[in-house]
Amino acid sequence: MAEKPRLYYFNGRGRMESIRWLLAAAGVEFEEVILETREQYLKLVEDGSLLFQQVPLVEIDGMKLTQSRAILSYLAAKYNLYGKDLKETALINMYTDGISDLMVLTMGCYSKPPEEKEKEIKFILEKAKNRYFPVFEKVLKNPGQDYLVGNKFSWADIHLLEVILMVEELCATVLSEFPLLQAFKTRISNIPTIKKFLQPGSQRKPPPDDHYLTTVRKVLAS
Amino acid sequence: MAAKPKLYYFDGRGRMESVRWLLAAAGVEYEEEFLETAEELQNLIKGGKLLYEQLPMVEIDGMKMVQTRAILRYIAAKYNLYGKDLKEQLLIDMYVEGMRDLYDIIMLLPFALPEDQEKNLSIVAEKATQRFFPVYEKALRDHGENYLVGNQLSWADVHLLELILMVEECKSGVLSAFPKLQEFKSRVSKLPRIQKFLQPGSQRKPPMDDAGLEAIKKIFNLEKGLLVKHSGLVLYDF
Repeated sequence: MAEKPRLYYFNGRGRMESIRWLLAAAGVEFEEVILETREQYLKLVEDGSLLFQQVPLVEIDGMKLTQSRAILSYLAAKYNLYGKDLKETALINMYTDGISDLMVLTMGCYSKPPEEKEKEIKFILEKAKNRYFPVFEKVLKNPGQDYLVGNKFSWADIHLLEVILMVEELCATVLSEFPLLQAFKTRISNIPTIKKFLQPGSQRKPPPDDHYLTTVRKVLAS
Repeated sequence: MAAKPKLYYFDGRGRMESVRWLLAAAGVEYEEEFLETAEELQNLIKGGKLLYEQLPMVEIDGMKMVQTRAILRYIAAKYNLYGKDLKEQLLIDMYVEGMRDLYDIIMLLPFALPEDQEKNLSIVAEKATQRFFPVYEKALRDHGENYLVGNQLSWADVHLLELILMVEECKSGVLSAFPKLQEFKSRVSKLPRIQKFLQPGSQRKPPMDDAGLEAIKKIFNLEKGLLVKHSGLVLYDF
C-alpha cells in the first residue's frame, strides 16, 4: 500500500494551502508535519530535504519535493486534473497562473501594518473585480460549461474556488456582479471531496493571524 | 504550413527573454511585434487580446497565450524539452522554479534606485554564489550526466545557462568556485542552436539601458514602487 503524502509546513495557509486543496479535492489522504520551531526547520535544511532551503516540502512517491508550483503541476497530472492534451494543459496553466497572482496579492495584505491594510484591500478587490473575475465569468458563459476547461473538472476549478473564498474573506459581496461565478462556487463547493474539505475539522487552514505570522518569522529567522 | 509563433512585448528582455531562449533552443523560428507606446498596449487590451491585460503574450497554435510560466511549459512540452516522463518533468519544474527568485531580482535591477546599484549587484553575486549555484553544481555532480535532468537537453538546462550569463553580466568571475557549472556553461553554449542564439544578429536582447528603461515606464505607465511592491518579490517565500 502506498504511503500517504506528507506535508511539511507551518500551521497555516501560505504556499501550502493550494496543495492541501488539490490533494483534498482529488480525495487523497495526507499527513502533515507542523513546523513550530527554528530547530525543526534547521534540521530539514541540514539533512538535505530542502533543495533551496525553503518550504513547502512534500514527501510523495519516494521523493522530497519543494517549489509549490512544481508540486501542484505534478499532483494535477498525477490525479488526472490537468486536461486531456497539451492545449488543455496550457489553458489550465494560463488560468491557474493568473489565479496564483491574485492569491499572492490577497495573502500579502495580512502582513501589512494596520494603516496600509485598508488601502491594500481596496487594491486587491479592484483587481479581483476588474481584472481576474471577469475572465472566468466570461469562460463560464460558454453554453453547457460547468467547468473551466474541456467541460471536465480540473485543477483550474479547484484553484478558482480557493481564490474566490479567499477574496470573499476580505469582502463577502465581491461576487455580487458575477452570477456565473456564484453558481460555479456553489456547484464546485458541493463536490463531495471539496464539501468535506470545507467542513470544520478538515485539514483546511484559517487565514493568517498574528500568531502564524510571528511563528513564520521566528522559524525562518526573517 | 503552420504560422510562426509571434511574440508581443517591448524591445527588451524582461519576462519574454526566457521564451526567446527556449524557442531558439527548440530551433523554432518566431516573429516579434515590439510595443513602443502606451497606446499600443491599450489597443491590445481593448482588442481583448490579453487575458489579464498583461504581457508577455505569444500567439502560437491558434492560442493567444499569456503568463510566462504557462507559455514556457507549453513550448517545453511541445518541443521535447520537458523530460521523458512525469518525474523528469517535475524535476525540471523544481529546478526552473528554484531559479525564479534570483532571475526576478536581476530582471528588476534596472528599476531600483541608481544609488543602490552597486549594493544590489553585490547582493546578486552573493545570492548566486551562496544559495543558487551550489544547488546546481551539486545537481550536476550527483547526476553525472551532461544535462541537469535525464540525458538530454531540457528547459532546465536552457534556463540555467540564461541565468548564469545574466549573473555574469552583474559580476564576472562568479563561477570561479563551480567547476561543473563552468563545464556546463561551455558545453551548452556550444550546442548549435544555442551558439547561434548567442551570436550577434540573433533575436537575443541586450541588458536594459537608460533609454530602454524610460520607454518601459512610458509603455506600462508604471507608478514608482508599484512594480517591486507587487512583484511578489517582497519576501513571500513562506
